[in-house]
Amino acid sequence: MKSTVFWGALATIFAAGLALTGVVQNEYYYNALYLILQGTLMAVAWNVLGGFTGYVNFGSAGFFALGAYTTVALNKALGLPLPLLILVAGVVGGLVGVGLGYLTLRLKGVYFAIATLAMSIVIETLVVNWSYVGGAKGSYMLTPDTHLWFDSYIQMLFVVMLLLTLAAVAISRMLNSSRLGRGLSAIRDDEVAAECAGVPTLRLKLVSTSVMGAMMGVAGAPFPYFVTFVDPLSAFNLFIAVNAIAMPMIGGTAHWIGPVIGALLLGTTQEIVKVTISSEMNVLIVGVMLVAFITLAPQGIVGLARKLRRGRPK
Amino acid sequence: MSAELLRVTNVGKSFGGFVALDRVSLRVRAGERLGLIGPNGSGKTTLINCISGALYNDVGEIHFEGRDITRLPPYVRARAGIARSFQIPKPFRSLTVLENLQVPLEYAARGRAGARRATDEALEMLELVGLRERAHEDSAGLTQVDMRKLELARAMAAKPRLLISDEAMAGLSSTEVDEVLGILRRLNDAGITVVMIEHIMYAVMRFSERVICLDAGQIICEGTPESIVQDAGVQRAYLGA
Repeated sequence: MKSTVFWGALATIFAAGLALTGVVQNEYYYNALYLILQGTLMAVAWNVLGGFTGYVNFGSAGFFALGAYTTVALNKALGLPLPLLILVAGVVGGLVGVGLGYLTLRLKGVYFAIATLAMSIVIETLVVNWSYVGGAKGSYMLTPDTHLWFDSYIQMLFVVMLLLTLAAVAISRMLNSSRLGRGLSAIRDDEVAAECAGVPTLRLKLVSTSVMGAMMGVAGAPFPYFVTFVDPLSAFNLFIAVNAIAMPMIGGTAHWIGPVIGALLLGTTQEIVKVTISSEMNVLIVGVMLVAFITLAPQGIVGLARKLRRGRPK
Repeated sequence: MSAELLRVTNVGKSFGGFVALDRVSLRVRAGERLGLIGPNGSGKTTLINCISGALYNDVGEIHFEGRDITRLPPYVRARAGIARSFQIPKPFRSLTVLENLQVPLEYAARGRAGARRATDEALEMLELVGLRERAHEDSAGLTQVDMRKLELARAMAAKPRLLISDEAMAGLSSTEVDEVLGILRRLNDAGITVVMIEHIMYAVMRFSERVICLDAGQIICEGTPESIVQDAGVQRAYLGA
């Protein structure tokens, strides 16, 4: 995709989001869109490490919750405004991401994946025992009175999330189709060969894990305002981690557009099913779609499209 | 006598109780063509793993251009000018053939690459090894022979001062062996030092100025190709008498 087309598309989507808030009043739609965007942001973040670099992270919920609880703690302690909270949550997520990056020195493949899951559980245990942020009981967040020129706070949160998601997509695209992206691909394919080709694998993996962590922290930062009540059960929800893996897998992990397609498809389906059938059906849908795609199109939708295009006679 | 490029001093490496390299010392002069032979399991690949940094030696030192590189990570060695091909091809499978060369061009050869675009240089190197028309194919779909050519091209793309070729010719037809020898010869003419590990004696004899024979982790003989094949120890250990 050409750069001008890409930036034009981003600008158009953002403008359309802004325009929507002037037209549609029903808060439900912003609620649903916010969740879809949150899923997209998490999927894009997961894919930076899982797709581009080839390290599977099961602990996405941990990073997400780090962001959410950064907001809870700093809102209570200092009463910081949302943009600043998002920034700090990104920094916290990024730093923990660097820590995770050092794990890749010793752990690969399934062992790394299990370590990420363990890390998420450790963070959850810490939060459960930290009474300042509510511990196991959770804590309430007051929705601020100010919401700029928007009609309601949820409208503003939607626009904020839209902006964050678009930024993440832009970063992911930049990573994917650059010298750095080729270095990450080389790591994914063969770390020893990558090193021998001059790729500083540790440094690149640290970049990858910290970008992933920062994006997930950012994704979690507005969450307390969105739900107004956060407890470890909702912030560390396994469903968040499962979605972050399922969406890129369904869309295709090799290309930056993969997680976006997967997230929009899966996220939208989930939201529709939630209101038309039941919210419990969501879990089933993720499972069925994941199984279907892994067996029928292991390279995801992007891989499938590539295969079809190549199969066509020239 | 030209300057010394690589000096390996008393390098030893063990895997558990198995001694793969037993205090090996050797020197490679700049611009030299060195052949490395020896039976399977004699430590040839372990030696170049230690030189390229894919493995760290337990004892001993390695100097490259006078600099101690013994503990340096492989990517620093690659940037310093040591490139290698792998005996079992390790292409970056998700990348195209062209992108496989872009990685070393953009990383290992960075700074020495000059102003030209990496893709142009990569295409030129693919032309050289005869993979030009496969440039945009997935490297995972290549035949074994093409993968070996890609291995060599990727090592070349690092723009090394020392190129170590680990059995680049295994499985190639005699015409293709001659082609690869021609490529290595041209690289050598351009000033690149080449260390060649090979089982095809014809190639070793034609290419090398000097041959070192390893057996059970030790250098058992060193000399001109002609003298090596006459050596009783080499005949017993490797050539079969």
